[in-house]
Amino acid sequence: MAQDRVIKYKLIAVGGSAGSLEVILKIVGVLPLNEDVALLIIVHRKNDGESILADLISTRTKFVVKEIEDKETILSGHVYIAPADYHVLFENEKMFSLDSSEKVNHSRPSIDVSFESLAEVFGENAIAILLSGANADGAHGISKIKQAGGFTIVQDPESAEVDFMPQQALEQMKPDKILNSAEIAGFLQQLFQ
Amino acid sequence: MEAILVKDEEVELLINELAQRYGYDFTNYARASLRRRINRLITIDRIPSFAELIYRVKNDADYLTHLVEEITVNVTEMFRDPFVFKLIREKVLPVLATHPFIRIWHTGCATGEEVYSMAILLEEANLLRKSLIYATDLNPSVIENIQRGIFPLNRMQQYSENYVLSGGKKDFSSFYTAQYGFAKFNQKLKDKMITATHNLVSDRSFNEFQVIFCRNVLIYFDKVLQDKVLKLFDDSLEKLGFLILGSKESLRFSPIAKKFVQVEKEKIWRKIE
Ligand SMILES: C[S@@+](CC[C@H](N)C(=O)[O-])C[C@H]1O[C@@H](n2cnc3c(N)ncnc32)[C@H](O)[C@@H]1O
Repeated sequence: MAQDRVIKYKLIAVGGSAGSLEVILKIVGVLPLNEDVALLIIVHRKNDGESILADLISTRTKFVVKEIEDKETILSGHVYIAPADYHVLFENEKMFSLDSSEKVNHSRPSIDVSFESLAEVFGENAIAILLSGANADGAHGISKIKQAGGFTIVQDPESAEVDFMPQQALEQMKPDKILNSAEIAGFLQQLFQ
Repeated sequence: MEAILVKDEEVELLINELAQRYGYDFTNYARASLRRRINRLITIDRIPSFAELIYRVKNDADYLTHLVEEITVNVTEMFRDPFVFKLIREKVLPVLATHPFIRIWHTGCATGEEVYSMAILLEEANLLRKSLIYATDLNPSVIENIQRGIFPLNRMQQYSENYVLSGGKKDFSSFYTAQYGFAKFNQKLKDKMITATHNLVSDRSFNEFQVIFCRNVLIYFDKVLQDKVLKLFDDSLEKLGFLILGSKESLRFSPIAKKFVQVEKEKIWRKIE
């Protein structure tokens, strides 16, 4: 992070797959979301027609948790969940849009798709975090965030329940931080104090 | 090896070109998806530059068709969101049964998986014989598939699971015969289907219906176009007719909202005035 200049982070995006839920709940639990920043969570899962994930996450935070609907307005202090079977894109800094096109990396929602769009729209005002998973989704996207000047964190593969996803990312790029799950939560807590 | 990325101005240039020369008006499409589709096309077709893309659009009619097909997303499945189809069985079919004649319109129906799903529901309720199902889409080549009634065999397992979740009681394979990696659906299902091209941006209402499906099309439009299209649906729906949208779409914020009530928590609305 540039020390000489204060960057205003407006959006934190967390991507994960197998084994990431624990970490996500930990992050959500401590994150002091304030007026300035919103959180987007992209996890691979089956479409069961229910919003179990949103309900689960709601139990860990006092912030509003929402599964994204078409053209949802992005409000700070909110936690947004990518809906099953849709890719989440950023129309601009204030609006999500959804896309039901082909799966990417066998996934919809795809972390790559959202991270690439995040890089284009938020550039250096984005933080991207890539967690445990058994698939290569997210590795390309997090490189794009890095290239666009955003802040990048990859879960330490050693600490990940499934190390493939963070490992793939580390083969493609050098993130700003490689942290275990407790450290990720702690780091964010500090950053937004 | 990174592909080139189109710039915002280039997206606008292409949109202008398509509108002015070819009458495909994407002006009010949401830009994030449109830009991503154009980038994807450039990568897949190995187009070396934006200028080359424009050149092909201008000089190669087949390429133009291909481009329009690719930037409008045609991904679909049978009994997508099975619980919506369950609610259709429970709440919509009993109402339709009271009509002497049933007219249904699937807009943006893509390759027809949704249309066949509805035909199966109607057939099971013994209503297909008195129904007409209009299936329309912007892309002519996509809807050709509806008349063929052929879908990839490797998707059938998932469709069968969806069908069961929608409340289907039969053996799903009784609706088709398998041949050469394809599932050919029973002739009977398509006898009541009428296919045509219809562009929601520029074409008008052409009939009155009891049910209109428009699922996963509005997500590609901006609010202005969404409101315009919803008005078109209102004009094309009978009083007490049903409007069925995609699982993340809503008419809540549109001017027609006050004339409709939502049926339970699925994306089905009934026109009450
Ligand atoms: C993602 S598919 C939805 C298919 C199906 N309704 C479903 O939900 O599974 C979107 C469809 O909308 C069509 N479409 C896009 N713009 C349109 C327009 N202006 N008029 C009519 N159809 C349009 C596309 O060609 C595509 O087939």
